Amino acid sequence: MYIYDEFDRTLVAERVAEFRDQVGRRISGELTEDEFKPLRLMNGVYLQLHAYMLRIAIPYGTLSSRQLRMLAHVGRRYDRNYGHFTTRQNIQFNWIKLEDLPDAMADLASAGLHGMQTSGNCVRNITTDQWSGVAPDEIEDARIWAELLRQHTTLHPEFSFLPRKFKIAVTAAAQDRAAVKVHDIGLRLHRNGAGETGFEVLVGGGLGRTPFIAKSIRPFLPKRDVLSYVEAILRVYNQFARRDNLYKSRIKILVHDLGAEAFAREVEAEWQHIKDGPLALDPAVVAEIAARFRYPEYARLDDDPPELTQLRKADRRFDAWLCNAVTNHKVPGYAIVTLSLKPEGGAPGDATSDQMDAIADLADRYSFGEIRVGHDQNLAFPHVAQRDLPELWRALDAVGVATPNVGLVSDIIACPGLDYCSLANARAIPVAQELTRRFRDLDLARDLGRLHINISGCINACGHHHVGHIGILGVEKNGEEFYQITLAGRADERAELGTLLGPAVPYAKVADVVEEVVAAYVELRERPNETFIETVKRLGVEPFKERVYATH
Amino acid sequence: MPLIKNGRVVADRYVHVLDDAPPPDGIPVIIPAARFLADAAEILHHDASVGVAWPNDRRVAELAPYLDRLALVALVFPTFKDGRAYSQARLLRERYGFRGELRATGQILRDQFMFLVRAGFDVLDVAKPGDVDAFPSALKRYTVFYQAAGEGRTSAARLRLARSSVPITRGPEFATSSELGASLAGRVSR
Amino acid sequence: MTSPLEQKLKVTGPVVITANRLGDGAVVYRTRDGNWSTRLDDAAVVSTAPAARELLAGAVADGLSAVGAYVAPVQIGPDGRPEPGNLRERIRCTGPTVRCGAPAVAPAITIGL
Repeated sequence: MYIYDEFDRTLVAERVAEFRDQVGRRISGELTEDEFKPLRLMNGVYLQLHAYMLRIAIPYGTLSSRQLRMLAHVGRRYDRNYGHFTTRQNIQFNWIKLEDLPDAMADLASAGLHGMQTSGNCVRNITTDQWSGVAPDEIEDARIWAELLRQHTTLHPEFSFLPRKFKIAVTAAAQDRAAVKVHDIGLRLHRNGAGETGFEVLVGGGLGRTPFIAKSIRPFLPKRDVLSYVEAILRVYNQFARRDNLYKSRIKILVHDLGAEAFAREVEAEWQHIKDGPLALDPAVVAEIAARFRYPEYARLDDDPPELTQLRKADRRFDAWLCNAVTNHKVPGYAIVTLSLKPEGGAPGDATSDQMDAIADLADRYSFGEIRVGHDQNLAFPHVAQRDLPELWRALDAVGVATPNVGLVSDIIACPGLDYCSLANARAIPVAQELTRRFRDLDLARDLGRLHINISGCINACGHHHVGHIGILGVEKNGEEFYQITLAGRADERAELGTLLGPAVPYAKVADVVEEVVAAYVELRERPNETFIETVKRLGVEPFKERVYATH
Repeated sequence: MPLIKNGRVVADRYVHVLDDAPPPDGIPVIIPAARFLADAAEILHHDASVGVAWPNDRRVAELAPYLDRLALVALVFPTFKDGRAYSQARLLRERYGFRGELRATGQILRDQFMFLVRAGFDVLDVAKPGDVDAFPSALKRYTVFYQAAGEGRTSAARLRLARSSVPITRGPEFATSSELGASLAGRVSR
Repeated sequence: MTSPLEQKLKVTGPVVITANRLGDGAVVYRTRDGNWSTRLDDAAVVSTAPAARELLAGAVADGLSAVGAYVAPVQIGPDGRPEPGNLRERIRCTGPTVRCGAPAVAPAITIGL
């Protein structure tokens, strides 16, 4: 994991000092709310329904156990003993007081944590595959590039007052676990025909009111050019995107209005001026950053040690968990373990401070002190020796993070919704909770296979409902909560937006409708291992619509 | 509103000429962009410094042919959240090599001072008189910068390399913060 | 439950002025004597647009204590006390409808060996 040096630490400390000053000036009245709001947003401080909310950056979803303990501490000391992991690999605390924020941020800074790039009209947390560095199918560790871009875009003097927020994602495997096609800039590391590694650059993806799949504007960009090219895109965006209308200010609108080719030409024209300047990446600079990503000293171990095979035969629960939550690792004898934060009846992505401490301890024992946060709102241990899996499983089970539902129907992605968020029109969490109860039967969940349900409490789509296999969007009709259902969205390398199933259904009916959709799938699938998404692609939405709306 | 230059409040030598009146003799003037472009050759015969007030929704490339004869370009931040003029400033300084006075106008607040200076502005038309005193401390708020921007500061990346391999030599590329402060003042004083 | 940020001032029933307290973000209501209270019972209730506008103006001017003031509907309960007028205001008044944090760990479900 990336090791901060005194430059990084100094910057974060200076940021804390600046924010302490700004909070003081707000509380004294020297700053009005209008003047203060953009400043607090630059530190990830939102005002929500009940309280302030602090969003802390977890760059590319990588945490040390020390950092996770610090998050547990912040939850305990300044909040209500729990935090919420988000769809952008960050964490949110919902009850922090403004008066406490400078101290909370000082505590966080001592562990290298901060709220920079989590809010405001700047470049936000740059996200990647949570398995970066250990996934067998990756070309290289995407986080090195995310870190280079993170540094370049942090407090950038030219790009701190963009028309709107700006989200970048990086992937380095054929299977895209970072959803690059629904980001403002998506960077896909790959090898070209000549065997060279470089980036495909995609722009203008995004969800929300006007969802778009990103357009490819550069099939192959050498690694040396990634900073200057991103700079060129940002400069074009900063100058030419609309600022008159909040809902038309994202880069996806600019790309759509100009057309991808014309937009690409603007970028190329700007890029020609700067590509060979100071932003051309010196291999020494890249090597220096890469060197500060520490990888564990893996032991030489064999795959499938006897402890593992024995317990798989002896304990069906362990076997179920192993088959579901444990995935292959680059290094023989090791595994990647996903910790499900989606227990039955739970709020998706939430963890208590106690859980965080327990997970940090387990990370020290079993994962070289490292934890990952996925945009699916689950956690992961990236470096677990296979022979440790039985002990680890028992421990994770005791902490409540071993539900074997990863990627299954009850592994729901949901935004906080109207229970917390001032932008929301409807609640999302209780819908998710009810669905986990309806689908509590793990045998059924396994039989259904991969099935992603995404729930958003408003059109801003923080739950990524557009790209869910089943997408659920909360809307308000005549003071009541209603939900629009979409089918067949996907967030991966074959990203697509979902298709509307039919008229919105009331809150009390949502779980019934989802059960009917699932029942229809079981009936319609060609064979048991045809996944939900494959069935819907094959048959379209009509047969599902018929079944659901026939009975309503 | 007070002008800050080199950390000090200075009087505005320039007069804004807003209508079609001829620029007053012997007085430095700031002309709005549309009028300037329509009449550039004539205006540049003026017997004192000429500056242009450039809107933030027009490419500065249009101004490029005249930059060697302009003493000042004033850019505008209609609200402090509208960051288009940061790009314009960097282009003027780093692409077109503009060496004259680059003035930030509009809603200029102390929490943007650092960004403005780093983008290349050397004169700030401050919105709140009370913010003037905050200028020196605003510039000292940060000593580490990840990016090398046009004002000559070196990036953290280069500082790291310098530290690890080569002894830090005196000179613009590897100057320390305090020296950078000095060189910043040195560059802007005219 | 449309975000009040998009609200036009249209008063068709009893309303209060609500905001969030500056220091800790707590939900507060504007009282008749120009203060803020966390109790909806203490809120000044008005029923006309001009009255609401006046109350709101006073609240907004008091930007040091509370932020984001807006007009929120209430209903008058059988006991004459104001109650939240929609789901959003009910949630603001009484808190999230879901239990905070992760639930207690359920006993392991044995599927069968």
